[in-house]
Amino acid sequence: MLFDPEIFFQQLINPAYLWGALLSIAVAAVSLIIATVIGFFIALGNTSKKPYYRGPAAIYTWFFRAIPALLLLLIMWNALPQLIPALKADWYTPFIAASVGLGLVESAFMAEIIRSALNSVDDGQALAGRALGMKPAAVMIKVVLPQAIRTALPPTGNEFIGLIKYSSLASVISLRELLTTAQIGVNITFRYAEYYAVAIIYYLVIVTLVTLLQSKVEKRFAWSSRNAPKRSVRTLGTQTVAVATAASRRRAADEPDETAETDDELAAREAAEAAEARLEKKGATE
Amino acid sequence: MTDIRDAVATPAAKPGTPTLEVRDLHKTYAGIEVLKGVEFAIDKGQVKAVLGPSGSGKSTMLRLMALLEPADRGAILLNGKRIGAEDRGGRMHHYPERRLAVERRDIGMVFQRFNLFPHLNALENVALGLTSVQDVAREEAKERAYKMLSRVGLGDRDHHYPSELSGGQQQRVAIARALVLNPQVMLFDEPTSALDPELVGEVLDVMEQLADEGMTMIVVTHEVRFARRAADQVTLFDSGIIVEQAEPEEFFENPQHERTKQFLRHVH
Repeated sequence: MLFDPEIFFQQLINPAYLWGALLSIAVAAVSLIIATVIGFFIALGNTSKKPYYRGPAAIYTWFFRAIPALLLLLIMWNALPQLIPALKADWYTPFIAASVGLGLVESAFMAEIIRSALNSVDDGQALAGRALGMKPAAVMIKVVLPQAIRTALPPTGNEFIGLIKYSSLASVISLRELLTTAQIGVNITFRYAEYYAVAIIYYLVIVTLVTLLQSKVEKRFAWSSRNAPKRSVRTLGTQTVAVATAASRRRAADEPDETAETDDELAAREAAEAAEARLEKKGATE
Repeated sequence: MTDIRDAVATPAAKPGTPTLEVRDLHKTYAGIEVLKGVEFAIDKGQVKAVLGPSGSGKSTMLRLMALLEPADRGAILLNGKRIGAEDRGGRMHHYPERRLAVERRDIGMVFQRFNLFPHLNALENVALGLTSVQDVAREEAKERAYKMLSRVGLGDRDHHYPSELSGGQQQRVAIARALVLNPQVMLFDEPTSALDPELVGEVLDVMEQLADEGMTMIVVTHEVRFARRAADQVTLFDSGIIVEQAEPEEFFENPQHERTKQFLRHVH
């Protein structure tokens, strides 16, 4: 039985696969959001000076780092509804169980990413914000977080790709994501190569799209006037416009600043190193 | 500068009351007493230069005055009113961070390492305090920030990010960022120490201009030139105490204390 291209192409345009792929992405996206929100607060707890915040955060991380994702999914879908009757209702779908389950497992890892990203922000930044009279929440939201996000983006992209693949685990709780779709086809036709090849194509396309999206998002955090939108001077007075135009002429003649390059490179290298460290760490824990 | 003076919201203090004053200020870090009972005051419109060797406590005094760190003992008074802490039952109670944030709004601070926000361009750096602290509308904040940038000579750098500016330009943006909030007093913590020598002048020029315009300023510095030209009084710090305080001419030409003479021999 050779590889039959006809079956392959027929399955490639099968809407079931597309639906499965969308489900995989959706589970990954929802669980990443859950993981980021929980992870942020766990990271705040981990970095807190107060032991009554640090303790629970440490226990949470310890617990969810230890539990295999597969086991947690089985608990979410099989055990929890027995314990909590409300979860026997129709709204509790495999999609919700999978998203929450993977989100909980992932939150322990996101907490680490966010913690190191928060730590990477120079202490002088919060100090400057406080000196301006900003309250703690404003310092966090306007000053620290935007800088931490830049550091957290590359490893978070890796986590998202990991979650898309992890979503295949949800087949055990009968979620018809991408791999389950292929498996169901195989069970009927026994055309392993063709059906699995289609799954490979879909995963490749998904990860390519995610990678493109990631680099687009990362570009927005380049903090450079070179990719800034065109100057808007409508709200400023006429005098200002004159000054600004003269300024842009002058700027056009300027050489790019040398320190600018060094700083950018430094930031990029730091982010890359953080991502690498993270990968190594994850490899070690899995 | 007149527009800034008029815009100060807090009512002026009674004549004779210093704008900012510290009394019996003590601070210990890891067992080392950095401030040993400092008394220091500055009147409205005055410029005071603070000199002294590294580790003498002069920067620490500034950070305590800016309410960025709690004092161990002593009082900080703004226009005669105590800020940062109060005494209850003979013990000193520091206010929570949220209240300190409000009290800090009358005090502008410029750091040695600039501490500009790298994710915001020059204009946004200056506008952030207006929008997030004073609740000024975005467009108005941008307009005021732009005017302030122009005043420090950076009207043509408004869309540049800190990483695209020289150290001198970054420090001038930092000055504009503090100034745009109309502080009653500006604190400068070695504002030119992190700069290449050829960039020091542009920052000192802006500070001298500010001093001429009547801004109340405390400047911790190693720049004798600035102390001579712009300061009304020069203070020498050593080992956590104030050694000598005098007008620039007197301080540099006829110092009274042996420690001052020794220090001046090194910086001249």
